[in-house]
Amino acid sequence: MDYFPLVLSLEVAIAATAISLVIALLAAWALSFLEFRGKDLLDAAITLPLVLPPTVLGYYLLIVLGRESWLGQAWESLTGSPLVFTPKAAVIAAIVHSAPLLTKYLRAAIESVDPIYIKAARSLGLPEWMIYLRVVLPLCQRAIAASAVLAFARSLGDFGVTIMIAGNIPGKTQTLSVAIYDAVESGNASLARTLVLIVSAIGLLVVWVANRMNPPQALRS
Amino acid sequence: MLEVRLQKRFSPSGDSAGFELSAQFQVGAGTTVLFGPSGSGKSLTLDLIAGFSKPDGGRILLNDRLLVDVGTGVFLPPQQRDCGYLFQRHALFPHMSLRENLAFAATSLPKLGRHRKVNQLLESFRLTEIAGRKPNEVSGGQRQRCSIARALVVEPAVLLLDEPSTGLDTTLRHEFYEILARIRDEFAVPVLLVTHDLEEAFILADQMHVLIDGRIAQSGSPREILNQPASAGVADLLGLFNLLPAEIKQLDPGANRSKLRWNDVELEGPYYPARLLGDRVTVCVRRDEISVTPKMGKAEKGSLVLTLEAASETARTALLHFAGGLIVELPLEEFAENRHHSEWTLRFPTSTLRIL
Repeated sequence: MDYFPLVLSLEVAIAATAISLVIALLAAWALSFLEFRGKDLLDAAITLPLVLPPTVLGYYLLIVLGRESWLGQAWESLTGSPLVFTPKAAVIAAIVHSAPLLTKYLRAAIESVDPIYIKAARSLGLPEWMIYLRVVLPLCQRAIAASAVLAFARSLGDFGVTIMIAGNIPGKTQTLSVAIYDAVESGNASLARTLVLIVSAIGLLVVWVANRMNPPQALRS
Repeated sequence: MLEVRLQKRFSPSGDSAGFELSAQFQVGAGTTVLFGPSGSGKSLTLDLIAGFSKPDGGRILLNDRLLVDVGTGVFLPPQQRDCGYLFQRHALFPHMSLRENLAFAATSLPKLGRHRKVNQLLESFRLTEIAGRKPNEVSGGQRQRCSIARALVVEPAVLLLDEPSTGLDTTLRHEFYEILARIRDEFAVPVLLVTHDLEEAFILADQMHVLIDGRIAQSGSPREILNQPASAGVADLLGLFNLLPAEIKQLDPGANRSKLRWNDVELEGPYYPARLLGDRVTVCVRRDEISVTPKMGKAEKGSLVLTLEAASETARTALLHFAGGLIVELPLEEFAENRHHSEWTLRFPTSTLRIL
């Protein structure tokens, strides 16, 4: 059996989770702690990928990142290779799939921190970013870890956006979920079954781990 | 010196009635107590001073520095206000040791001397031995000392305390009062303390502001306020007074005398300037200033005989409830000897009859 799709999927999911975590930590901070014009709009924009069909998202990304686009050309002149239909595009697809949900999880986690600690830190003259990094995040670290684990599972499972912008190139961009589709299409039932079991096992493990990481009530004083 | 003038409105919504805070007061050296019932806007006032909430109008000056001025749009964030804030629940960061709590607060100080300052305060508040422990590993008293030490790390220009002793047992409460006295004498930080506990207000306050329904009803020393409540609302809140609706029947400036009629009873008071015959007034007389003895033989002139309707006892005193809603406070032993009497003689010393 070819393990490439499994390895690629794990690599993509790890990279995507790491990047999503950074994006989501920033977005959740902005949405929870900052007051600015267009906050509702940002919130809506972050929710949008959760409701749009993956093919629509993929289409947008093709327009924004494709070889004809401004961003795609900038990338190509910088690195010498196109962005779309590469493993990197699979990472972007996984980020689009997981970052919005991760932002929602993190926002709930940081808003569950007792505001009294934030008030106390503010009255001590500490800057907002330091309060976020050294008070808020440590106080909900277990919830953040649990959310990151769920985001990892979600990154692992993207199909629609991946196939639109990374394609289905065996040995290059073919992730697990795409490989399953490919196996079914080509009538390779035993491969499909094996891959499905692998994905299911990983999913089960991840949910179990995330559930065990539930943040303890004690942190809410 | 902290000078506060604030307005904040909450329009009524759903099942909550509207509320308007409109308060003006000053906080000088020593301890100032903001005293009022729950829902009077005390904690809101503290939040507005600390910068946790925005007022609709007014301005706040701290040592001639403008913290808030709604008119010109000045609104300093809490970080720039120099207001230390002490929370009822201490709010020590649970993931940091006591020392880390202080050291974290010290990060806004210049690097040089941070370490010494933290050590000094840990020492001063007897926390050095346990500085490595987390807040949940130390006693309530130690947590409290640590939260005060942490607030003092940044050398605030004023310390705001929100009902700090609620939920403390008597021992901890007195330890806390001693610490507050030290803050005043040793650290010389002005303190603004919010409480609804009258006894606490009396123990701590150099100056007291009574807040009722979002307005300052009276300001002064606790003694002054007790001697002459400014309104029925204040007297009612202090809970130590009888408020008797009466009519002025006679005024004699020459003899400094007056006669008042309350419920068919004639009371003799001092002369009340700026009052007229026939004025309907509220006579305010402290429960413990009415002299009361069991009725023996014939009633004397100028005294009043009433039937005891009920009596309740507290730790030190007995409260005697008479007809007409009159309550008299008596030392417990004095009542214990005479509890079987039903008829009592009451006398109102002339000077105790204040008019509101």
